[in-house]
Amino acid sequence: MSLNFILFLIFAFIAATSAVLMITRKSAIIAALFLILNFAALSGLYLTLNAQFIAVVQVIVYAGAIMVLFLFVIMLLRPSDEQSIFDDNPKLKWLATFVGVLVFAQILAIIFIGRPSDGLTPDLQRSIEVGTIEAIGRELYTTYLIPFQSAAFLLLAATIGALILAKKKLED
Amino acid sequence: MIPIEYYLSLSAFMFIVGVVGVLTRRNAIIVFMSIELMLNSANLTLVAFSSYLGNPIGQIFVFFVMTVAAAEAAIGLAIIISLFRNKKTVNIDEINILKW
Amino acid sequence: MIPTALEFQLLLPVLIIAAGILISLIIEMFSSKSEKILPWFSIALFVSTAYYSLLTVGHERIIFNSMLAAGGTANIFFFVFTFGAAIVTLISIDYIKKIGMYYGEYYILLQSAVLGMMLMANAQDLVMIFMGLEQMSVCFYILAGFNRKKIKSNEAAMKYFLLGAFATGFIVYGIALMYGVAQTMSIPAIANGLLIYSDNIIFVAGLLLFIIGFSFKIAAVPFHMWVPDVYQGSPTSITALMSTGGKAAAFSSLLIIFTPLFATTQSTLFQPYLVVIATLSMLLGSIVAIAQTDLKRMLAYSSISHAGYILIGVAAGSELGIASVIFYLSAYTFMNLGTFGIISMIENKDEGNLSLNDYSGLGNKKPMLAALLAIFMFALAGIPPFAGFFGKYYVFIAAIESNLTWLAIVGVLSSVISIYFYLRVVVVMYFQKDENILNVEDSSPALLGIMISALLVIVMGIAPGSIINLISNFVK
Repeated sequence: MSLNFILFLIFAFIAATSAVLMITRKSAIIAALFLILNFAALSGLYLTLNAQFIAVVQVIVYAGAIMVLFLFVIMLLRPSDEQSIFDDNPKLKWLATFVGVLVFAQILAIIFIGRPSDGLTPDLQRSIEVGTIEAIGRELYTTYLIPFQSAAFLLLAATIGALILAKKKLED
Repeated sequence: MIPIEYYLSLSAFMFIVGVVGVLTRRNAIIVFMSIELMLNSANLTLVAFSSYLGNPIGQIFVFFVMTVAAAEAAIGLAIIISLFRNKKTVNIDEINILKW
Repeated sequence: MIPTALEFQLLLPVLIIAAGILISLIIEMFSSKSEKILPWFSIALFVSTAYYSLLTVGHERIIFNSMLAAGGTANIFFFVFTFGAAIVTLISIDYIKKIGMYYGEYYILLQSAVLGMMLMANAQDLVMIFMGLEQMSVCFYILAGFNRKKIKSNEAAMKYFLLGAFATGFIVYGIALMYGVAQTMSIPAIANGLLIYSDNIIFVAGLLLFIIGFSFKIAAVPFHMWVPDVYQGSPTSITALMSTGGKAAAFSSLLIIFTPLFATTQSTLFQPYLVVIATLSMLLGSIVAIAQTDLKRMLAYSSISHAGYILIGVAAGSELGIASVIFYLSAYTFMNLGTFGIISMIENKDEGNLSLNDYSGLGNKKPMLAALLAIFMFALAGIPPFAGFFGKYYVFIAAIESNLTWLAIVGVLSSVISIYFYLRVVVVMYFQKDENILNVEDSSPALLGIMISALLVIVMGIAPGSIINLISNFVK
């Protein structure tokens, strides 16, 4: 077993476990913390995939900025622990698990029947090259210039919207 | 290298967990976090393919998905706050002036 | 590959709107009279873009490193979006003051939503479709909750947001799987290898997830749960834009994805899926609409059934099918805008006067509004000689030519059912005794917008042949 594979197993285990724990916790704060753990594990997985830039952005933007916003809102609103839908009907829990496992098995079947690795000739050197800031930046500012600009308008609209929806008082 | 199927399976698992979370939770904030989990699992698939194909487009798309996720987080939480201000709850079952 | 001046010139309709957003921001910031300036500035912006798009319609060209297309069907969609948005702005001027949510940001967000729609209609890359879709959706989430003092509006925004973001998850995952097989996100490049990819189960699964995500956005059964609540709870002027421009934009992206597929021998790959959701949407929409007493809710179900009719054209998978979809979408846009315009005029400031009984005796009190509403109801029901009839007619013809006769028959059946609830509105207006005092505030801009829509509905009904020929010219 190579080091890469061992790292994959560790991060994959953390990511999978924290995802399940995230959706099963009653308290929103604990769920958010597990989601941050999940994002951190994902960042590790990106590193095993040689995607250094995305790995860094994952920590800075997702785990850093977005999740802090979530935690901030949770603490601002202090929602009470929710009444789970499974408390009314515990059988639903098994149904949800069963359906989830079924759909997961279906996607697994699709992945393993499709065998995407057959068509691939992974090249370690190339894979390291495409993950650098340089490679991504060059594509972003040439081929993907228009989507990049439109992202600016998206963020502008989101800023205006967040202000208008959440501002304390609006003058009439 | 590790077979790409391993990454895709992990990503599929997280996607399904996210979908189950959206469908079974009542707290709007947790539902929204489950949606973020779905987006992240899709990102894992994109990065895995991008790295194995030696093709940067997948990682660029991940970059855009993160931008969109940030914009959606701002809007979503603003909507949750504006609802909480009027209704004092974030529980989506109690939000029932309009039939759900 | 540095973009050339010609490319920017071809992109002018999008650039005008983008510049308009920035200028509007400045106006809102520095002018104390922005209340008066912004709506008319938006209208000028929208109308000039609409005019310019029609003027430069020409043949489709791929620009900006195959990110976008210019000309052809994209320009027809541009016209529909921007002209529709101009009418929505006319309707909004007095409406948003009446219900107490006048903020200049409203118009800026309206323009941003239109920018998103335009990017969806001329995208040639999955990244671009995604960015356009999110731009539009984010603006709609905000606008749905714009009337933030009202719980109804908050709820509508919340439901729309959660289900919209859920659908986005499916779309992103679908794009990821498609990318893994096709190794590119450029739609022309994917189209070239489509025959090989369509044998790959991962690609097909990805495309299916993508289409499921879009089924949410076009409001087709069984992904329609959000529609009645969101349409009812949102401000009426926003519902008008959401149900017309938003739906047309989602369909335009579906057409961009499907058109290359139709050209291959695999053109019927997704026909079973489309046929099923079309049938369910038409029947469920028409049947449940009968039970509604709230007019906005009724129109929401009617919008679901119209999504079903439009899907027939997509399922037909022929050139005529695509042309008929575009015709139907333009006709539907103007019929629905007119209807929602009238509803927004009659609605009072506490969101009352929305139930069917409130319309009793409208024929006597406001003969003008009643006559216009009757035209729109006839058009929506598909009664000749209005645009709605020919929209349905072409869609059904396309289905019959593609050996989907039974689907056309289901469509006809569903339209017969729908005649009941559309005509019920007309009956209530003209033949029911009025018990309540209806206080309708006059609004000349809104009336102007409604009359323009009525005119377009009639013109499209009188000369449908030349319009569909024009559209067919641009559908390769």
